[in-house]
Amino acid sequence: MLEHDLIQRTLQAALRTGGDFAEVFAEDRRGSNARLDDGRLQSFNSGRDRGVGIRVVAGDTTGYAHTADLTEDGLRTAAEAAAAAARGGGGGTKTIALTRVEGPVVSPISVLPESVEKDKKAELLLRADAAARGEGSSIRQVIAVYADSRRRILVANSEGVLAEDDQVRTRFMVQAVAAGDTGMQTGYESTGFTMGFELFDQLDVEEFARTAARRALLKLRARPAPSGALPVVINRGGGGVMFHEACGHGLEADAIMKNASVYAGKVGELVASPLVTLVDDGTVGPEWGAFSVDDEGKPASRNVLIEDGVLTDYMWDHLRARKAERPSSGNGRRESYRHTPMVRMTNTFLLNRTEDPEEIVRQTPNGVYVASLGGGQVDTATGDFVFGMTEAYLIEDGQITDPLRDANLIGNGPEVLRNIDAVGNDFAFGPPGMCGKDGQSVPVGDGNPTLRVTSLTVGGTAA
Amino acid sequence: MSELLAIAAGVVERAREGEVVEAYVGRARTTEIKAYEGEVESLSSAASAGIAVRVVVDGRQGFAYTGAIDAAALEETLEEARDNARFAGVDECNTVASPDGVAPPELVMDTGKLAGTPVDRKVELALELERAARAASSLVRGVETAMYGDEVSTSAVATSTGVRAETESAVCYLATYVMAGEAAETQTGFWYGVGRTVDELDVSDVANLAVERAVRMLGAKQPSSRRLTVVLEPFVTAQFLSLIGSTLTGEAVLKGYSPFGDRVGESIGAASVTLVEDPTDPDAFGASRYDDEGLASRRVPLVDGGVLRGFVHNAYTGLRSGQGSTGSAARAGLSAPVTVGCRALALTPGTLSADEVIAQVGDGLLVQNVKGLHSGVNPISGDFSAGAEGLLIRDGQIAEPVREITIASTLQRMLQDVVVIGGDVHHLPMSAAGLTLAVGDVTMSGK
Repeated sequence: MLEHDLIQRTLQAALRTGGDFAEVFAEDRRGSNARLDDGRLQSFNSGRDRGVGIRVVAGDTTGYAHTADLTEDGLRTAAEAAAAAARGGGGGTKTIALTRVEGPVVSPISVLPESVEKDKKAELLLRADAAARGEGSSIRQVIAVYADSRRRILVANSEGVLAEDDQVRTRFMVQAVAAGDTGMQTGYESTGFTMGFELFDQLDVEEFARTAARRALLKLRARPAPSGALPVVINRGGGGVMFHEACGHGLEADAIMKNASVYAGKVGELVASPLVTLVDDGTVGPEWGAFSVDDEGKPASRNVLIEDGVLTDYMWDHLRARKAERPSSGNGRRESYRHTPMVRMTNTFLLNRTEDPEEIVRQTPNGVYVASLGGGQVDTATGDFVFGMTEAYLIEDGQITDPLRDANLIGNGPEVLRNIDAVGNDFAFGPPGMCGKDGQSVPVGDGNPTLRVTSLTVGGTAA
Repeated sequence: MSELLAIAAGVVERAREGEVVEAYVGRARTTEIKAYEGEVESLSSAASAGIAVRVVVDGRQGFAYTGAIDAAALEETLEEARDNARFAGVDECNTVASPDGVAPPELVMDTGKLAGTPVDRKVELALELERAARAASSLVRGVETAMYGDEVSTSAVATSTGVRAETESAVCYLATYVMAGEAAETQTGFWYGVGRTVDELDVSDVANLAVERAVRMLGAKQPSSRRLTVVLEPFVTAQFLSLIGSTLTGEAVLKGYSPFGDRVGESIGAASVTLVEDPTDPDAFGASRYDDEGLASRRVPLVDGGVLRGFVHNAYTGLRSGQGSTGSAARAGLSAPVTVGCRALALTPGTLSADEVIAQVGDGLLVQNVKGLHSGVNPISGDFSAGAEGLLIRDGQIAEPVREITIASTLQRMLQDVVVIGGDVHHLPMSAAGLTLAVGDVTMSGK
């Protein structure tokens, strides 16, 4: 993307005023998406965004500047702006020898989305619409979205790192709206992988759309969710968001180093039920949060965060790892070249235990069964977090019964982790997620086997 | 004609026979400074520019965008939008805006003052904020975030149907997120201030309010579940109104996604509820001379005395509904297609101060923060469930703090259950202004 010599000269310019560390991050992103709504393919959209972000660190201060002007002048101006922002002392010319860093091959791509005719993408949406509407006249609307992106990055820094990655993602989602006596209800289904158009070789688009439609129809007879603390069983692949919020964000080293996490200073301690082994793994292609190298040029890796309930390590980016004098864990990510990297999750998941998932439900006299979770949000300093349930049912006498209307659940991370009293043997990854932090959004994956929390506060309206 | 408008006009002049073309060109300069423990933790500043093009031909529309505005990028983007249009579905109402004779409001945006403020002054504000937050109480354990941010932006829209519009905007803000604690307990508080120039930012106000909100939560417990009246603080009310606004768009209505779609002329709220979308109000942060399709901003009555009056429209929904555009086209960034949305919602205020609203409510819950609106509110079914923290209200006074609770109802019920509207209007950098709002019969879930 950029000439070797130009990168070296830019890094030198960035360090001329005495910074301790400089980095060039170049990105070229192309994407296309199409949206079907109201029975019509509303529009096709595509675009390209490329540019370079330059970071200079002097002492504890980071300076950052970015530009879409990829000429030598443009890069030098950005390098000088970043250097001025960091305001290092001293100066002089440093020579930087760049050595290529190779990450693991995590997601080989068979069919680049840009090579696929647009009418093939359009056809997927029309098929989804027809299949969802075929589930009955109560299905009033269908939204279907196809999106792909190809993100090529190059990272080079004054420690000699030179790394590149080519990240392709493809996703598909269907939302059906059903209308009945109780008003309107929605059913949702989404999938996405670090794959190309070959995603659709393995996806039964019609069945996928019908699943969304059936969810909406089922919810027409949903009761208001209960209000209050109850046992909650979470379906396999449906509950990764809970771990993402209950502890994932609290295990990010930027929160730890500011003592803004309930998990600060707890490495080696029992922080969860011994049934909990939690992993963050950027290498598990083609999951949604996988990549070869992170946005700081560090190869993706598998990091065990909690093992048998004991906190083993946090997640690290370059800046925080450098301060703690340890290696980065490959968790330095950013939304685009316009953003500074920070500690982010990749694919975060709970490992299997031994219980039979059906037995977990049978052994729950009364509670809530959550088949699918929506997004969530956490305050890492207090550990209080929420997450939404988009498909859930009552459990009565050990049986899954009536569907429930949408609601949030709320809990406290450390308490919830301790209150996990059953973990199944049926692990599955969940649907693709977008994680927001400090105004930046990055793709993340999650997963879990069926599990039970002895008590979570369910935020419905029914007594 | 300014440089950006000339670029946009240059693109649409290349429209071919039978094509309608719209070009939206944006440019922004942003600064973000974070302070931590007396030092600048990070300083980012950059300028960016880009273009989004829409082409409508034979009822099909295509969009394309590029994060650059050089000649090659403009040509490529127009070609790409043209190509994309070939694959979209036919809808005779697909269109771009056409001049409708409505004059834009006389909003004077002094962007030059903020653009000309030296970086050192901005750095000093971030550092001062961090110092002030630390010093505000002996209970402060740490300041997780103390930041200054600003954006000075210009956007221009031109269409082959004759629209030529340009909008400037300047906004700066301070925000801090603090931790306060005693023994093993930590509570957090967030607050911010916004202005059009740095002189409008009040460092000590932001620091003190953030710290006060953390300190007053110390000792918070999870209460038992019950139904009660909630008093939403202005920051929370603004988020609630933004959700209501999202159900009152022509797009939601035409496609059948709005729980209020067929209710025009009917009562959808308490008689005290009058809601207006008014981007012509110079005090609103969402105020602008034009919308994102280049039509003049105008005042749109939505709910009057509890009765639903109408919806906001862009060019497409305006044509399809026969109501005409209300100048409410919106874009969630350059890369997103045009939608329709509110940007300056205002609930007509009452007369009471926040304390008087609390006194009048007597018993209930003061909500200082909500979490998970994106995951627990369904704007199609209307189900509303949000994580919350706040303080109980007893005998008209603020009592003990509560946490790990949710508040739940439906959007439809909450509008009907409005019991008191405060007179304390807060203009926030959101799509609605805030004020203290009391809503009855909400379920608080706890133990």
